[in-house]
Amino acid sequence: MGSQTDASAARLERITELAERVTAPAAADVDRNARFPSESFAALREARVLSAGVPADFGGHGASLTELAAGCSILGQHCSASAMVLAMHHIQVLCIARHGASSPFFRTYLTAIAREQRLIASVTSEVGIGGDMRTSLSAVETTGSRFTLNKAASTISYGAQADDLLITARRDPSAPGNDQVLVLVRRGEFTLERAGVWDTLGMRGTCSPGFKLQSAGGVEQILPAFGDLASATMVPVSHALWTSIWLGVATDAVGRARTLVRAQARKTPGSVPPTALRLAEVTTKLQLLRQAIKGFIADYEALIVQPDGGLDTLSSIGFALRVNQLKVSASELAVEIVSHALSICGIAGYRNDGPQSIGRHLRDIYSSILMIGNDRLHATNAALLLVHKGD
Amino acid sequence: MKDKIRAIVVEHGRFAGNVSSLADDADLYAAGMTSHASVGVMLALEAAFDIEFPDRMLKRSVFESISAIAMAVAELLKEAGR
Repeated sequence: MGSQTDASAARLERITELAERVTAPAAADVDRNARFPSESFAALREARVLSAGVPADFGGHGASLTELAAGCSILGQHCSASAMVLAMHHIQVLCIARHGASSPFFRTYLTAIAREQRLIASVTSEVGIGGDMRTSLSAVETTGSRFTLNKAASTISYGAQADDLLITARRDPSAPGNDQVLVLVRRGEFTLERAGVWDTLGMRGTCSPGFKLQSAGGVEQILPAFGDLASATMVPVSHALWTSIWLGVATDAVGRARTLVRAQARKTPGSVPPTALRLAEVTTKLQLLRQAIKGFIADYEALIVQPDGGLDTLSSIGFALRVNQLKVSASELAVEIVSHALSICGIAGYRNDGPQSIGRHLRDIYSSILMIGNDRLHATNAALLLVHKGD
Repeated sequence: MKDKIRAIVVEHGRFAGNVSSLADDADLYAAGMTSHASVGVMLALEAAFDIEFPDRMLKRSVFESISAIAMAVAELLKEAGR
């Protein structure tokens, strides 16, 4: 156990080092030009971070969710777009590792992720479904042992840069919208035609325009039972990793405010500057955010080691409420923290240049309340609370 | 009891096609019942049988088929001495 903890700490140390050396210097340019953080990903591949979530049996690090979350948070302190791309990749890897390990095809694919440091993008969005991941219009069409799958995706983050895609679709053309499967297609098995541009307020480096997808492959590339997969892995892991990025962004914003307060204090030794009080307030919120994420991840990790993989609890209404509550509360808190940091930094924070600039943080963090809109999650929880007794 | 459950499931499950011939053990989620619709089914069952599903029963496996729902309802009726 000790050596596993040491190995994990060493890997996180390496991410910290590369984030400071490679990710941070490129972050402003990635943001300004809405371009993919390619130098970050070259360094992450070299450090074998893309297979951190692949089990050790398949050549990865077998990292815990705690470790993956810490890595995303570290990266998020320097470039939220880099962190979001890495988080989305980790989510796809964990879905395959947890739900595909009984399939020879996916076992071989897991070793390919580790060997080739392949980057996987998610194709869950679709034109015409209004953002509900648990509904698809497009369907897998099977002939013998081959399938074709075409989908108009309203957004695919880093679609143009990904090696492989994991796509939701209806099981077959006669299946209802919520009877979904998850399909892996690899480079060479799909084409993407860009539909629109990605010119947004923040999270610009995730490069997430819409695409028209055409793909084909073998039926062994299909993971069945997306419903269980979504509630056991995709949704809780997404919320754990996204919130960890927001924690990273908030941590860096507060760090910038702290530097400013300290500089003010040095000018007037013996008296506490007024901004120090605001700093005390905002660090309390930051601590709250950190503990909410940590508590959720600890509970999740305790569930998935149960004999049934925790599926019984993970598919319950009580857990669905909790997963959504984490996302909603963490995003609201993160936005609050970053704007609080801006008010401490004042004009130095409002400037787009200089060490106290909070502009990019503020623009990026507003994505947190929109990516799976909080209103949608509140509406879901409102319905679930009609039957949940809280006993 | 299963007929009464079936009627409630059909009315509130918001299925896409015709489901009046659903087998007792057919997977309701695969037939198109969303988790959102399942909440409506739960509420209607609570009203029809004058029961309350405790939180431990509020999970996918309990509502995945008419048979599974019947087992849960029977258990609650038995607990209530009815």
